[in-house]
Formats: sequence, structure tokens, C-alpha cells
Amino acid sequence: MTDTAVSARAGSHVEVDAGHPPTSTGLSNEKVGMWAFLASECLLFGALISTYLLFKGRDEPGSIAPADVFDIPYTSVSSFVLLMSSLTMVLALAAIQRGDHRRTRVWLLTTALLGASFVAGQAYEFTVFVREGMNLRVNLFSSSFFTLTGFHGAHVTIGVLMLLSLYSLSMRGKLPASKAETVELVGLYWHFVDIIWIVIFTLVYLIP
Amino acid sequence: MAIVTPPRPAATAPEQPLNAPIRFLRRPTGYTKGLWGWMTTVDHKKIGIMYLGTAFFFFLLGGLEALLLRIQLGSPENTFLSADAYNQVFTMHGTTMIFLVIMPLSAGLANYLLPLMIGARDVAFPRLNAIGYWIFLLGGLFMYSSFFLGGAPNGGWFGYVPLSRSMPGHNMDYWAFGLQILGISSLTGAVNLIVTVINMRAPGMSLMRMPIFVWMSLVSQFLLLFAIPVITVALFLLSFDRLFSTNFFNVSAGSDPLLWQHLFWLFGHPEVYILILPAMGIVSEVLPVFSRKPLFGYQVMVFSGIAIGFLGWGVWAHHMFATGLGPVAVSAFSASTMFIAVPTGVKIFNWIATMWRGKLTFTTPMLFAIGFVSMFTIGGLSGVTHGVVPGDTQQTDTYYIVAHFHYVLFGGSMFGLFAGAYYWYPKFAGRLLNERLGKAHFWLMFLGFNLTFAPFHIIGLQGMPRRIYTYPEGRGWDVWNLVSTVGSFVIAVSVLVFIYNLWVTRKPQEVGDDPWDARTLEWTIPSPPPEYNFKEIPLVTSRDELWHRKYTEDEHGRSVRREVPEGQPKMEGTEVEPTGGEGHEGPEHVGDHADTEAGDHEGAEHEPHIHMPSPSYWPLFTALGLPIISYGMIYKVWAVAILGGLWTVSGMYAWALEPATAPEDTPVHGPDTSGDEVEAVPVS
Repeated sequence: MTDTAVSARAGSHVEVDAGHPPTSTGLSNEKVGMWAFLASECLLFGALISTYLLFKGRDEPGSIAPADVFDIPYTSVSSFVLLMSSLTMVLALAAIQRGDHRRTRVWLLTTALLGASFVAGQAYEFTVFVREGMNLRVNLFSSSFFTLTGFHGAHVTIGVLMLLSLYSLSMRGKLPASKAETVELVGLYWHFVDIIWIVIFTLVYLIP
Repeated sequence: MAIVTPPRPAATAPEQPLNAPIRFLRRPTGYTKGLWGWMTTVDHKKIGIMYLGTAFFFFLLGGLEALLLRIQLGSPENTFLSADAYNQVFTMHGTTMIFLVIMPLSAGLANYLLPLMIGARDVAFPRLNAIGYWIFLLGGLFMYSSFFLGGAPNGGWFGYVPLSRSMPGHNMDYWAFGLQILGISSLTGAVNLIVTVINMRAPGMSLMRMPIFVWMSLVSQFLLLFAIPVITVALFLLSFDRLFSTNFFNVSAGSDPLLWQHLFWLFGHPEVYILILPAMGIVSEVLPVFSRKPLFGYQVMVFSGIAIGFLGWGVWAHHMFATGLGPVAVSAFSASTMFIAVPTGVKIFNWIATMWRGKLTFTTPMLFAIGFVSMFTIGGLSGVTHGVVPGDTQQTDTYYIVAHFHYVLFGGSMFGLFAGAYYWYPKFAGRLLNERLGKAHFWLMFLGFNLTFAPFHIIGLQGMPRRIYTYPEGRGWDVWNLVSTVGSFVIAVSVLVFIYNLWVTRKPQEVGDDPWDARTLEWTIPSPPPEYNFKEIPLVTSRDELWHRKYTEDEHGRSVRREVPEGQPKMEGTEVEPTGGEGHEGPEHVGDHADTEAGDHEGAEHEPHIHMPSPSYWPLFTALGLPIISYGMIYKVWAVAILGGLWTVSGMYAWALEPATAPEDTPVHGPDTSGDEVEAVPVS
């Protein structure tokens, strides 16, 4: 708490290191804010997943069902790709904390590419499903499946955009090691999106 | 970084040359005044005032709608409003009063007061704060634009499916997208205020020393944080059904429309506490000041507020007893509904005990606070009766329910908010409202309120259903409806008295820092506060900090005023009592702070140079994209929706790349290009 009392004589001023603002908890405002936002996101996905589970198995027999369209091995591979991107995200954060900007960029770009591969895989999966006669309007399963996984895909896409933005900032030298926390915050979001995918993959794809 | 001069306009004159003519997209500075100053401000106090002003405007609109409803219902088989117009007006009345009046009034007060009460210079994310306001304003205007674009929402404020799914026209689309926009505003506000309270407390302001209004606002912001995403999902599902013909609420596809009710009330019941908890906090600030006693049972008040916050998540299905949930669910929710009355009752007894044997002064804020306690008790008791399932099954969708929620939301929340308005007005405006007019306002409103809503209990028990636009003669409802209509006009007159009061007290007055002899930190600083709030960040040593700086106890335990030296202008951080209160930070810290204080005092007469975040165009710019997206979606003009999306995203990028304080906003010190989001850290 002592550093909260950073003080200056009138007429002069003391710079506070922007990376470590004095706060009551010692955590930066951005980090507490990100945690609060992610807590809120839990309820968003919680409601979407509940909707999917509530409608599971309520369609008329004979209309399109999960077992007709899911390609578990294919989705397992894309899930693996997404999970690996959490590893590269950690490596990117470790690199910028060391001040190793070249590796930071490498790992940021790798994470973004892995995330983009996941989104591309999802887009391909969706087109296959649509070709097999499934779209938003067909039945309860199709409506709730596309909405749930679509929301998740949108979250991954936003994450990819943030990673590419960080990459571009770093290329222009605007991501110094003192701003490692920005990478950490994007990382928090990224890991959250990954964890949500583990839940969705298990509940939607794996449990029959 | 910004250097803030005192807020009086004259004081900025010497710096004027730096304030070159404003070109669009040139960054506004701390000296930008006038309309641009308001549109680009990130000052939590200005934003709070804008919230309050806008919400009061919507209060007048919602009140006008209420009068239309009451005229229509004043006599049987009236033809003043058509059935369709009635549907639009009652839907908008409910939606307005909840989402555009009580929530933003609470948000505005919290915005203005939370940083002052915890001894901070601004909120954690000033620009996020600004966008929260702009999104609220634009969301409200967006929803009201529907009146001119084919008709306002007409499916009830809780938009039950399958009705709202199959309603023709775009009315309910405006409702769904309007609430979606307002939800974003609430979510940004919740994140911002939670972080502010958790992270930006002054030294020594431990959680259990925070003023109770801060606590209750914190609990309600947590409720918002978790409740908003639930209704976001519900509204997405409804919008997808209406726009893309998905099947979420399509009964013929096997869907369960009860899903809507579960999602809506899983949001909707915490929402009830979002509306009432800040008002409870206000009343808990006002009663001790005008009873000249500390709040009775502070800890219990805090914990019962938290308990309400938790239990509020476990009672939502009492809105759905008539839907056939089955005996187990109904019994469980009946029990939880009765159980939540316990912490609420604890609060009521604590308010009474606070007043007990106090030296009561019946100022206007005190009258409104006592009005809150009594009216809220009536509403709370009728609320407990909803937990009795057989009774509730009979009362569901009758005027008995309407009576209940007006007693808690108007007699409760609005009375509490008016108490807060009268109590903090001198701090906001530097002027006291007229007491005589204030008392006239209170008594007229109290009378009109009871005339309007007490009869609802009777006609409700007699079976008059909600949401009917007219009723036949001879059901025994005629007289009470007429009484209620008369009462609603008495309320309208009382509001006019309030507006007149704002008008007659417009001239500047000398109210001093602390006109009420109050207890909390916001009264240690000038009225209205300077932009930087606190010249020196206060050191907090006890709960009711200001009280302990002003008063001490004599040997008989009576309060006696401390001697304050004549020349001492402020009591900020100087009159500390190192031994006061429990759990203070320890002697080494106090000593450390005292050193810096001593240093500061040599130059205390100089203008303080305090870094505040610079104003920004981007919150408003970014917010403008949201209604564009919504219009595009509603009318399925995808190009417009995409344009709005790109608009918002480009605004967000510009925002993220813009440093929180502008380099050109530094007339005295060298440029500082720190791009950190938050600069409003407590740097004295």
C-alpha cells in the first residue's frame, strides 16, 4: 500500500511507472478488469451451452442430428490446434517478459495462425454441414449448434485480430517489454476462449 | 500528460493560446470547453451529471407514458388510447423506467460518487466510462426512434415468447436491439466501477471502511456483471428467431418457450436487486447524517447486502409459478423467496435502529429516506406474499403484482434516488435545493404515490388483470381506478415542483464543503469538486472518516467537535487520527504519509499540477456505430450493419492506439507519450 501514497510537491511532479500503477490490490486495473470481463463471459457461454443442452434430443426422430454430421476425428484435430495455440501464447508472453522481441513476434504470429486455422477449420466444417442439409432454420439442433459454435468462433476471430494487432505493434517497435502486460491480457482472453472450447467440444461433440 | 487547472472557467484564461481552434480529429484537451468539452469528457463527474440529466429526461418521458395509461384506465370502456397504442405505451413505460431511468440514475450517482467516496481522482477506465454513457444515450434514443419508424415495442417489458417472436412489424426488434445496446453500456459500467472500487481506494480505505453506498453499488455492479450476459443471450436468441427464422422459441419445432422465461428472469430477478441496492445504499448514507448517529450494524448491513446479492440468483422462478414447474421446483423457489426477506428485513430493522434515539432533523433528503423505508417495507411485505404459491397463482398477472413492484421500485428505488438527489445536489451543483419546495415535493409525491398504487392492491385482489387496455363497467374496479388516475396526476404535480425547485435555486450560493455536517469523504472537498477531486489523496483511518476528523468523544462518550484552527482551509489528510478505527495500515505507513503531507503544505497555495486523462472523441465515435449496426440488422440491410460494424471497430482501434493522455495536452511539462489505458492513478 505504501506506493499508493506516491506524492509530489505542488509545482513538480513524479512520474509513476505506467506499467505498475499503484493500486489497492497491487494488480493493474486492466488485469482486474479483464478478469471481471471474463467472469461475465462465463455466463454468456453458460447460457448458450444451457440452451444447446436443453434442446438436445428434442427434435423429431429422422431430422438431422449430431450423429449424422459430426466428424469427431476432424474436429479433434482442430481442437488440438486450438489448444496448442495456448502453449504458443504462453511462449509469446515469456519472450516479451525476457525482452526477446524477435521470439515474441514469432510466437504471437504462430498463435494467431493456429487460431486462424481453427477458425478456417470451423468454416470448412460449417460448409460441409450446410451441404449435408443443415442450416440455422432446420431444427432445434441446427439452430442451437450454429449459434453456440458460431459465438465461440467469433470470439476466436476477435482473439486472432488482437494477436495480429499486437504483432503489428511489435513490428513497429511500439510493444516494448514494459508493455508485456498487454500481451498477458490478450493471453488471458485467449486461454479463456480455449477453455470454453474444451467445454463445448466435450459437451457438444464427445458426449453422445 | 494533462495538467489540470482548477475548474473555474476564468482560471484557464492564461493557458488559452495553447487551446488553438478545435479542428475535428485533433485531440481535445483538458481546456476544451462548451459542447465539445461535454462530448469528449472523460471526467467521471461530468459523465455522472450527464447520466443523471439524461435519465431524468427519460423519467419525464416514462412519466408521461404513465399518465397516458392512467387517463385511459381512469374510466371503464375508455377510448382515449387504442389497444395498440396502449400496448406500445405500457411496454415503453416499463422498459423506460427500468432501463432508462432507475438503472442510469443509479449508474450516474455511482459514477459521480464512488471515486469521491473512496478517495480516488477518477474511475479506473475513464474513456470506458464515457462510452458507457454514450451507449446508454444512443440506446435510449434508438429505442424511442421506433415511435417514428413504424411503432414502439408492444410486447410487454419482459417480451414473453412466443408472442414477441411472432409479433408483426419491427416493434419488438427495436426492443431487443435497444436492450442489447443498453446491456453493453451496463457491462462496461460494471467492469469499470468494480475495478474502481477494488483497485483505486485511498490508503487506509479498507473494504470494511467503505461507505455503505459504495458497498451496495459494488454488489449491484457485480449483479450486473453476471446478469447482463444472460439477457444478452436471451435477446440474441429472440433476434435470431425474428431475423433468421431460427427455432429457439418455435413451439412447432419442439422448442420450449419456458427457456425465455428462465433466461429472462435469471437476468430479471438480479435486476430487481440491481435497481434497489443502490437506493438502499443512499438511504443508509442519508439516515445516519440526519439522525446524527453512525449507521446501526454496519457490518451486518454490508453482509446482508452481499447476501441479497447471492440469494437474488436463487429466486427467479417465483415469476413463473403459474407456468407449471412442478411441485419440487415450486417449493424450492417459494422457500428461497421467503428466505431473501431475511436479509432485507435485517436492513429495515437496522435503518429503524439507526434512527432510534437519534437527533432527527427532517430535511427533504431525510423525509425521502424515511419514505423509502416505509414504502419499501410495504412493497417488501407484498413481495413475501408472492412466495406463497397458492396465493401467487391467484395473483399472477393481476394489478396486485403491479402494486407490489411499484411499491418497491417507485416507493423504494425512486424515493431513495430522490433522497440522494436532495442530499448530494449541493455537492454536484454548489447550491442547496429549496427546503420548503423540497418538502412540498415530498409530501405531494408521497400522497400521490399512495393514491396511485395502494388501490392496485385492492383491484388486483378483485381480479383486475395487468395489461388490459380497458375494462367493462360494474366490476367494482371503477372507483379505485379513478382514484389511481387522480393520484398519478398528483405525482406529476410533485415532479413539476421538483423541476421548479431546480429552476429557482439556479443562482450560485455559498454552501461550503459540508452543508449537512456529513460523514463521508466527498464532503471534505469543495462543492462542486475540482476536476482532480482531491488535492491530496486522503489518508483514511476510520469508517465515517470525515465524522472522526470533526468530532471526538468526551469522557462521557458524547460527541464533541474537535477544535479546528481558523486558518485551516481543508481537513484533507491532515486531521488524521492514527488510532481511530480498526484495521488501519500500521504506524510505519501513517508516518510515511505524514512526511509527504508536511512537504506538500509548503506549497499548498499553489495550483496543484495533477495528471488527469485527456478527453477523447473516440468513445462517442465508437458508440455511434452500435445503433447503425442495429438499424442495419432490423431492416436486414446488411451493408449498413457491416458499415456500422466497421465504424465501431475503427473507433476501437483509434481508441486503443490513442494514448490516455494527449502529448499536446501538456502545457507545462514535457511531452509524455505513455499509452497506458489508465492514468487516473492516485498521484498527488
